[in-house]
Amino acid sequence: MNVVLKLFITFLKIGLLSIGGGYAIIPLIQEQVVEKNGWISEKVFTDIITISQMTPGPLAVNTSTFVGLQVGGVMGALAATIGCILCGVIISLALYHFFQTHLESVYVLEVLNGLKSASLGLIISAAFTILLLALYGKSKPGPDFLSLDWTALFMFLTMLFILRKWKPNPIVVMLISGIAGFALYR
Amino acid sequence: MKEIIKKYVWLLAVNLFISAFTFGGGYIVVPMVRRFFVVKKQHFTEEDLINMAAVAQSTPGAIAINLSSLAGYKVAGIGGAFVSCIAALIPPLVILTFISAFYKIFFSNTIVTAALKGMQAGVAALMVDLIADMCSIILKEKSFFLSAMIPLSFIANFVLGINVALILLFCCFLCILQVFLKKRERK
Repeated sequence: MNVVLKLFITFLKIGLLSIGGGYAIIPLIQEQVVEKNGWISEKVFTDIITISQMTPGPLAVNTSTFVGLQVGGVMGALAATIGCILCGVIISLALYHFFQTHLESVYVLEVLNGLKSASLGLIISAAFTILLLALYGKSKPGPDFLSLDWTALFMFLTMLFILRKWKPNPIVVMLISGIAGFALYR
Repeated sequence: MKEIIKKYVWLLAVNLFISAFTFGGGYIVVPMVRRFFVVKKQHFTEEDLINMAAVAQSTPGAIAINLSSLAGYKVAGIGGAFVSCIAALIPPLVILTFISAFYKIFFSNTIVTAALKGMQAGVAALMVDLIADMCSIILKEKSFFLSAMIPLSFIANFVLGINVALILLFCCFLCILQVFLKKRERK
C-alpha cells in the first residue's frame, strides 16, 4: 500500500480511538507507530513526547507530523496530521450541534451538565500532572519531597498571583515565565 | 459578504496565534479561547465555553483542535469551523517540521531548555487559574450531584488511572439514571 495512504489510515484510527487527549493516548500511539508499523524507534518516540511537552500543539498532532515527516516527507506529514484530527472535529461539531438543538430534553441537558463536571475533573487531573512535572520534573511524586524545585514553585505562585490579581493575557504569562526560566535556570 | 470574510480573517489570525502558544497540552487552549472569544470580543459567554470544552473533551481527537473548530463554528458556522481548524494546525505543523530537522541540536541548547522549563511553571499557573474560575461556575448551580462529579472524575483519572473514555461513559450513565429516578419520584 502507498505509504501516504497507510499513514492517513493509521492516524485516522489513532484519532478516532483517542478520547480524552493528552497523556491518556500515549500508549495507543506507541502501539500503532512503534510496535505495529515500526516507523520510529522507542527512543525517538520518547523524544517526541518531550518535544511535545515543550512546543506548542497537541501531542497527537505533533506525533503525527513528526512520524509523517520521517516516513513520507511533507505529504506524509499532511496525510498523518489530517487523518489524526478529522474524526474528532467532525464528531465534535455533530455532538455540539446535537446538544444545541436538543436542550429542551432533560436527559440531554443533564448529560451535558454531567460531562461538564466530569471533564473539569479531568482538566484538574491534567493540571496536577503538569504541576508535578514543573515542580518535581516527573509526573509521579516519589518519597523524596526534598527534590522539590523551589525556583519552579516560586515562579508558579508568582504567576498565579499575577493572574488572579490582574487577569493578564495568557500569552504574556507564557513570555514572562519563559524569560524568568531563562534567567533563573541558565 | 464582507462581514463574513472579516470574521474568517479574524478567526484565522486568532487561531494561528492561540495555536502557536499552546504549550503543555490541549487544555491551555481553554483560557486562551476565553481571553479572545469571551472577554475581548464577546462572541459567546463563559457558559458556552464550558459547554464547548465539555464536548471537545468528550469526543475523540485533540482537544485543542476540537475546541478551536467549535469556537469557529459558533462564530461563523461550518466555514468558521474549517478556517479555525486549518489555522490551529499550521503552527504545530511548521514548528515540528523545523524541529524534526534539528531536534538533536535543539535539545542540547541550554538557553532553550531553561526557557522551556520556566514556561512549565507558567502553564501550571494558567491551568490553576482557569480551574478556579470554572469550579466557581459549576458550584454556583448548587447541585450536589454535579459538584461531586468534579472530585470523583479527578480521583478516577489521576489516582486510580481509569481510562478517560470509561469515566465519561459512566458519567453519562449516571446522569441518565439520575434524571430517570427523579422523574419516577415525581409520578
